[in-house]
Amino acid sequence: MSTTVDPNQVAVDEHPVSPFLRMDRIPHIWCPTCGIGTVVKCFATALDETGVDLDKTSIVSGIGCTGRVAGYMKLDAFHTTHGRAIPFATGLKLGRPELLVTVFSGDGDLVGIGGNHFIHAARRNMDLMIILVNNFIYGMTGGQNAPTTPLKARSSTMPFGNFERPFNLPHLAASCGATYVARWTCLHIRRLTKSFKEAIRRKGFRFIEVIAPCSTLYARLNKLGTGFNLMQFYHDNAEIRPDADTRDVDIEFQDNIICGKFVDEERPTFTEMMNEHYQQKLGDKYVPLPPEGGLLHE
Amino acid sequence: MKYWRKPLDFDQVKIPRGEVRIIADRCKGCGFCVEYCPKDVLVLSEEFNRKGYHPPKVVKHGECVNCNLCAMICPDFAIYSVPLEEEASSDQQSAVSSQQSVEEQGTDR
Amino acid sequence: MKADPTGVLTGAHYLDGDFACGEGAMAAGCRFTAGYPITPSTEVVERISRRFPMIGGTFIQMEDELASMAAIVGASWTGIKALTVTSGPGFSLMMENIGLAVMMETPCVVVNVQRGGPSTGLPTMVGQADMMQARWGSHGDYELIALSPQSPQEAFDLTIAAFNLAEEYRVPVMFMMDECVGHMTEKVVIPPADEIEIVPRRLTAIPPKEYLPYRVEGKLIPEFARAGDGYRFHTTGLTHDERGYPVMSAECQEVCVRRLVEKIKRNTDRIVRFDEENADGADVVVVTYGITARVARMAIDLARKMNIKVGSIRLIVVWPFPEKRIRELAGKVKAFVVPEINYGQMVLEVERCAAGQAATIHVPHGGGGVHDPNAICEAILEAAK
Repeated sequence: MSTTVDPNQVAVDEHPVSPFLRMDRIPHIWCPTCGIGTVVKCFATALDETGVDLDKTSIVSGIGCTGRVAGYMKLDAFHTTHGRAIPFATGLKLGRPELLVTVFSGDGDLVGIGGNHFIHAARRNMDLMIILVNNFIYGMTGGQNAPTTPLKARSSTMPFGNFERPFNLPHLAASCGATYVARWTCLHIRRLTKSFKEAIRRKGFRFIEVIAPCSTLYARLNKLGTGFNLMQFYHDNAEIRPDADTRDVDIEFQDNIICGKFVDEERPTFTEMMNEHYQQKLGDKYVPLPPEGGLLHE
Repeated sequence: MKYWRKPLDFDQVKIPRGEVRIIADRCKGCGFCVEYCPKDVLVLSEEFNRKGYHPPKVVKHGECVNCNLCAMICPDFAIYSVPLEEEASSDQQSAVSSQQSVEEQGTDR
Repeated sequence: MKADPTGVLTGAHYLDGDFACGEGAMAAGCRFTAGYPITPSTEVVERISRRFPMIGGTFIQMEDELASMAAIVGASWTGIKALTVTSGPGFSLMMENIGLAVMMETPCVVVNVQRGGPSTGLPTMVGQADMMQARWGSHGDYELIALSPQSPQEAFDLTIAAFNLAEEYRVPVMFMMDECVGHMTEKVVIPPADEIEIVPRRLTAIPPKEYLPYRVEGKLIPEFARAGDGYRFHTTGLTHDERGYPVMSAECQEVCVRRLVEKIKRNTDRIVRFDEENADGADVVVVTYGITARVARMAIDLARKMNIKVGSIRLIVVWPFPEKRIRELAGKVKAFVVPEINYGQMVLEVERCAAGQAATIHVPHGGGGVHDPNAICEAILEAAK
């Protein structure tokens, strides 16, 4: 039946996620009970089940623990600078419009240092799928305060507890114009995967926030046990309210986490707006960039 | 699981059976699979893997329903289940419903 | 190969340097531009945004210069030729992702129409004080290429050269204009497309299964695969091996960064470009670039009328610096005179290469205007003593 401590090469090769990962880089760097790996598995499952053309799928990450995701996915993968995943992805998408461009990064990266890019890409309805893993803290650099750290929670730069109000990310995304907004914890594996699948099929700025445990820093600094205990906390305190007004989905320290798909609507993307506008203004003179990209001489 | 109306083929539906595969040396011993396996098939082994973690091991042989929840929740890509050979093809459908039942039971609230 | 005629506005035009630069980019095959408005560079993107819709290009005005630079690096990975345009304050913000472009070996062109600094400085007035920033502005060790035009015609010609160099060496190329050249309107002749030589983006012929993004096999420049062609490559700003995977070790750093530096250094003779006039047999050689080269001409004429043997070297490619030629001349001339609109930047390079064999006299100008030719002439007279 099953194997125990004996490494099983067959099991390695047949793991259903293998075709989506750079197996030569596994095991990954994430700590025990970190939730990022689970989110990656759900994303890979969504790619699998939607049957998207993986050759035409790109993944862009910034810096940080979640910033390492691009490095593990067997796609065209870009591990960029801190906070710049979204503008980098914007160039990628506009340069070759037929690509499915996904951005996979953390809270500090996407809404801390990269906050300006986040709101503007949402405003433009740039055709990007954004997966933000929110662990409430800067993990890789040692547990510093993040723009998502709940009030009163401790971080290594707020040793007496955080007194800054954090972002309510679904509300931020929705009010800036995101066309798909959902939040799950990494315990909601089925619903999260379903959201990924939906988002893959949608157009425009799609935003999925995934609450995930950081055992080494957030849990330790706040005496919450390990990521295992945080998973149990999600189990007991995550409340699914898909009809919730995004204004009401703030996260308080160790309080209910309201989850659900909050926004799912259609709005023309940046490229669609641009094409329609120029066609209207310039008629036949307008030459849109072809889906396969710009001027290449091979 | 409670049905509002009993499915017509209720008697014919077989509970799928699966087998757990564990890549022990990749495991970091988080215990997610043990905790969330709907059939409590797993426990953390007393033995160590190469990196000094306790990987899971199967204690309830033959009880895996191939829901693959362990594979989904494992952050280290170290575990998954495969359908048992003799039932592989006919039970795809029921595997799906068993996944859904798992969801109702408690991984998602 | 020859330029694609769609982007080439063949004919004689009356253009300012900014417009000419934009036309050069389009002629070179640039089809993606991201920018953020900043004086005195904005006219470049204004020109491009007006013409792009008709030639299959995409312009996007990003939220800031950090984003603009990141966007062109991203776009370049789809194989498209990409450009961003800015001036000093924006150039500072771009440094982060210029480093990324260097590390990922991404061809792209960054135009800096220089104004007076530091900080917001003199938004509408000339400066040449970002020359060292172009070379050293991003952190870490690297080499790149920078050019400096002296006229709108050169703004056109050299922008094409900048794109060609970017493609050839897989580096970001800094196009260091200055406000005077950017806003100077002159005749610009744009030749027919079939007279414009361009270097296309060369896609690798290696099949995906055998391809490694940073394998060079004894060469200096790796093969390029673009996103979306099935290569499923990985690239990163971290120190990486030939697979493009991060490797944190001194050994990997040595291999990775050494090649980034060597690919320019070992090709210096091929990249370097300057205009030389009467330098052999001269007592004094004036080393200039950009608008200052034109101002210095009058000074050189004045000095010659006083029977001083003056030669000149005008830097066209500023980085890499024409080290070899300056060293040669240093053994023969009395002195170099280096006028520039800053308090001492390229003069440091001249001084380094002169290595005490010849005197080096700097003629500084703080910015906001160009030199008085008499000041340069006085320096030449002083140098000839």
